[in-house]
Amino acid sequence: MSFPIDLLINAIIAGLLLGGFYAAVTSGISIAFGILDIVNIAHPAFIILGSYIAYIVNSQFGLDPILTSIAILPAFYALGAVVYQVYYVSFERRGQEALRGLAFFFGLLFITEVVLILVFGVDYRYVNAIYIGPTLHFGFVDLPLRMLIPCLVSLLLILLLQIYLTRTFTGRAIMAVAQDQEALRLMAVNPIRIKRTAFAISIATTSLAGAFLIVIQPVEPSVGRDYIGRVFAICVMGGMGSLPGTVIAAMLLGIVESITATFYGPSWAPAVSFGFLLLTLAFRPAGILGR
Amino acid sequence: MRSWLFTLILAVAGAALFALSRFIQNDYFFFAGYVVLQYIVLSTAWNILGGYCGYVNFGTAALFAIGAYTTVALHKLLVTSRIYPMSMPELIVIGGAVSAVVGLGIGYLTLRLRGAFFSIATLALAVVIQTIITNWDYVGGSRGAYVIRPPSAPLVGSYIQYLFLVMLVLAVISVAVARLIERSRLGYGFATIRDDEIAAEASGVPTLRLKLIATTLSGALMGMAGAPLPYYVGYLDPASGFNLAYAVNSIAMPVIGGTTTWIGPLIGAVLLGTLQQWVTVTISSAVSLLIVGLLLVGFVIVAPNGLVGLVRPLFVRGKG
Repeated sequence: MSFPIDLLINAIIAGLLLGGFYAAVTSGISIAFGILDIVNIAHPAFIILGSYIAYIVNSQFGLDPILTSIAILPAFYALGAVVYQVYYVSFERRGQEALRGLAFFFGLLFITEVVLILVFGVDYRYVNAIYIGPTLHFGFVDLPLRMLIPCLVSLLLILLLQIYLTRTFTGRAIMAVAQDQEALRLMAVNPIRIKRTAFAISIATTSLAGAFLIVIQPVEPSVGRDYIGRVFAICVMGGMGSLPGTVIAAMLLGIVESITATFYGPSWAPAVSFGFLLLTLAFRPAGILGR
Repeated sequence: MRSWLFTLILAVAGAALFALSRFIQNDYFFFAGYVVLQYIVLSTAWNILGGYCGYVNFGTAALFAIGAYTTVALHKLLVTSRIYPMSMPELIVIGGAVSAVVGLGIGYLTLRLRGAFFSIATLALAVVIQTIITNWDYVGGSRGAYVIRPPSAPLVGSYIQYLFLVMLVLAVISVAVARLIERSRLGYGFATIRDDEIAAEASGVPTLRLKLIATTLSGALMGMAGAPLPYYVGYLDPASGFNLAYAVNSIAMPVIGGTTTWIGPLIGAVLLGTLQQWVTVTISSAVSLLIVGLLLVGFVIVAPNGLVGLVRPLFVRGKG
């Protein structure tokens, strides 16, 4: 039996598309955990929340999920600002972020999941949009639109974020707050306000990521847990807070997962990200683009 | 109080509790009591690493389920095929040992890094162990496995009473171990890690070794708590064995009770465990989980030292 080369190429391309989506899912964590050092393990819960909002609007009014998520970005931004304020007042200011901060986010993750189960049940929900059915064919290569569109929008989002972080004053202040808060204070910038802005942006990205998720696969409340390992694996591999590193790591994980799913069956895919994470932590904690 | 005296008192209290509960004719008491006792073991085990050392473990469900699935595998391998009918204490020791090894392994890989990485790794551990078990047909895979409970038990006759007794003994052991640690050199070493790890390291405290001891001990107790589970439920599938409720409860109970002493997890487990049994019966299990989540978030924000922290000023006012 010859090696199924076309199967492999298709798996790699599917992996790249999946990786583009993972990059969107992780970009928020790269900002919150990578830059601000806030271990927001509730990040996937916000993503699922985004998915359900896209689902409600789509099923009630028939609006496009991705456009909906762009429209509700400000709401998620505000939510992020509120969560940061609570986190800052209760934990960061008291220097208790290690144990209690983690427990706080874990509680948020859990509450979101249970509330969604109470309201919507554990049924899988999905959305309708014109790009969910069709697939582009180039020879033996398949490009399903429901993967391609999220991937492209996601890369656009990360490009905009990268320009924001490196070209604008606030963006540069966000990068600086990780390195030296005092220096920022000397520049007459309030580091807490900058961190709040950055965390709010990080939560705002989950609105889009949630819409992508429900476009790619049906969603139920506990799906988010599968993404905890993934997002942190990608964030650490990508070098903690580097967006280009995040994209590369996301693509890499996407390809490995896709190949695993193609050749060993999809039920093994969740274990891949964990293996990735452990190997990265054990051998290359600074990430692939690490300094 | 001397540790041996404390352990003795604890054991007598346990024996008295069991003797009294024998007068209760209702089997439901033993089913509910088993769950509460199991949470005493889990939250005390979690607190050895989380409360004493300050390292948050989100993988309780994984270590607990490893103990449970070790029993399932051994039951299938030995008990069903009548090669060697293993007794409950043997199953508990083996289940605890397997979880201890897994805990040690994950600790060895991630405890040299900052605390957050350990927590994230334990969170991912739960997903992966669940994936492995789901794909492992020998222990039932995603369909789950049936474990037939023996009709009668040694010592006490009724099997559910026997399970209750086993878990009671485990609870006594784990609380005694936790208190012993707290008052020993080991406990002081753990406290230095929690308060300032870099200063501890600089003063010559072997922090990595201490953290590994804590992880191994904590993992062993979680595995031991999980080992009798298949006999308790009779049917075990990955979704129930790896239920997120175990992870949340084992964090919420010590945090609500108070994390720095042995009594905090005990109080938290008894109160929260009983409350959950009650709400599950009267309203629904989803609501009882919601209450746990809300209490957890509420307590970490409002009362960071838990119930013990709220009550203690009333007793030690003079010492200030």
